[in-house]
Amino acid sequence: MHLSAVFALVRRDLKIVSQSRGVLLPMLVVPVLSLVLLPVLAVVAPSLGDSEQATVLALSRIVDWMSAGLQDQLAGYTDLQKWVVLVLVYFLAPLYLVVPLMVASVVAADSFAGEKERKTLEALLYTPTTDAELFFGKVLAAWLPAMAVSLGSFLLYATIANWVAWPVLGRLLFPNAIWLILVFWVAPAVAAMGLSVTVLISSRVQSFQEAFQLGGFVVLPIVVLLVGQVSGVMYFSKGMVALLGLGFWLIDVALLAIGAHVFRRENLLTGDPG
Amino acid sequence: MPVIRTLQLTRYFGDKAAVKDLSITIERGEIFGLLGHNGAGKTTSIRLLTGILSAHGGTMEVLGLSPQRDGAAIRARTGVLPETHALDERMTAFDTLRLHGLTYGWSSRMIPARIEEVLAAFDLTEQTHQRIRKLSKGMKQRLALARTLFHRPELIFLDEPTSALDPIARKAVHSFLTQMVQSEGATAVVCTHNLNEAQAICDRVGVLEKGRLIALGTPAELIAGLSEQATRAEHPVLFEVPAEDMDRACEALTSAHSRIQVEKNSHSLRIHGVGRAQVPDVVECLVRHHIRIYAINVPPVSLNDVYLALHSPPDMGH
Repeated sequence: MHLSAVFALVRRDLKIVSQSRGVLLPMLVVPVLSLVLLPVLAVVAPSLGDSEQATVLALSRIVDWMSAGLQDQLAGYTDLQKWVVLVLVYFLAPLYLVVPLMVASVVAADSFAGEKERKTLEALLYTPTTDAELFFGKVLAAWLPAMAVSLGSFLLYATIANWVAWPVLGRLLFPNAIWLILVFWVAPAVAAMGLSVTVLISSRVQSFQEAFQLGGFVVLPIVVLLVGQVSGVMYFSKGMVALLGLGFWLIDVALLAIGAHVFRRENLLTGDPG
Repeated sequence: MPVIRTLQLTRYFGDKAAVKDLSITIERGEIFGLLGHNGAGKTTSIRLLTGILSAHGGTMEVLGLSPQRDGAAIRARTGVLPETHALDERMTAFDTLRLHGLTYGWSSRMIPARIEEVLAAFDLTEQTHQRIRKLSKGMKQRLALARTLFHRPELIFLDEPTSALDPIARKAVHSFLTQMVQSEGATAVVCTHNLNEAQAICDRVGVLEKGRLIALGTPAELIAGLSEQATRAEHPVLFEVPAEDMDRACEALTSAHSRIQVEKNSHSLRIHGVGRAQVPDVVECLVRHHIRIYAINVPPVSLNDVYLALHSPPDMGH
């Protein structure tokens, strides 16, 4: 693998992404909506009702549906504190994973399909790169912005969550072990999974929109995690999160190996799925 | 050693042959013209020779390497100008060339000086930091050419290089290309519809039709070989004769040569169906009938005439 060629492709794509409003906008909207507005609403909303006590009591009863392990984690908190910890530490954790996945998918969808739309693909194909270098260059060019936005989103979320939780808990909620594993172990793996799938889709379709829509199904595992946790089937313990990360990394290794094996620049011109 | 050698190279798309049994040899330092209608197989040939398409038959060797096995190594020593300029309109000329240089393994230190050099060569210095979307069509084409030649390729493929350029810019491209070939020992393959261009700059040309090579040689060889047919097909020979001799001249010529057609103008006869080789016969016929000839104009045959003679009219339905 000729790494300087891969990094040159990455630099080229990052430059293009930084110039593209259509790609930048979704990269910023999703983190702001899910990691800024949601935590604020979740913590502030109970105090907006006519009867704050009744609302808090009703919300804290959700804890009764949760798994025994999670109930043990929340033991000793008041009803309002339980609600705040439950939402900020546990419920929003799967939602956080949508950020790297979304960013990676947007950039990856733009990779080959965007080049076709802008009619710049041919110049890319004539570069002195092998098919594998071209594939990994595109994957890396989508993964790096996803990681940057993911880390930035975590810092923003941690600040806001601490700010809204402080009056209720009287201590800082972040950083904590679960979220550190989530940010530095699981999120990179989730991003790699999303973009490996989307880059392959992008190489087979003609437009960014088509690639983005077809790649949308990669969000399904995250939805399953979210539903699983809200319904009390599972919860994000440290061990669970670490194991989840390992599972995603194993999927990534398989996807990248398949991608490097089946990706052929020739198919970008002929439309042959290879 | 030839820079390009193909033997019965073949590539299909579905059951249609885009390139069929193409056998050519191109030597170092040559400017080779590839002529043909749209869909004749010119672009597919470039893609095959640079290893971005695989062949379905035949053999090929480029710069001593196999495009199918060593595509990346061939592309590192090759510059390709695609038919569309393939520039990202959101980038500046400087960024486009800088990133191109990095992709070809140039060090960041050497790139700015080379950018300055190639942009100056293509008269784009003032546009260095402008976004490409703000450049005119001709400027974009010149920038695409600058990118193609940026990394000093040994082998250059140009697909319609001057289609968007005005005559002055076209001349500049011709001289830059000729200079690269002469001073740096590069080899160029130029796909073009512009036959005057091919005649002016190409050492040899190959004519493709439906993926097959139907003619190969220097422009002079092709012209010489087909001048008879080309003259007959396209251009009348003009004979300037006195007005009072016109009717007799017409009668003499049509009775002596059944295949020729004669048109009368105020001072000249336009004679159709006469090849260069028949002109002395026509002169002899007129002199025999005591018709005075003031001037004879036999139109020169161009590569354009040869091309038209080689091709049946394109089927516009396909």
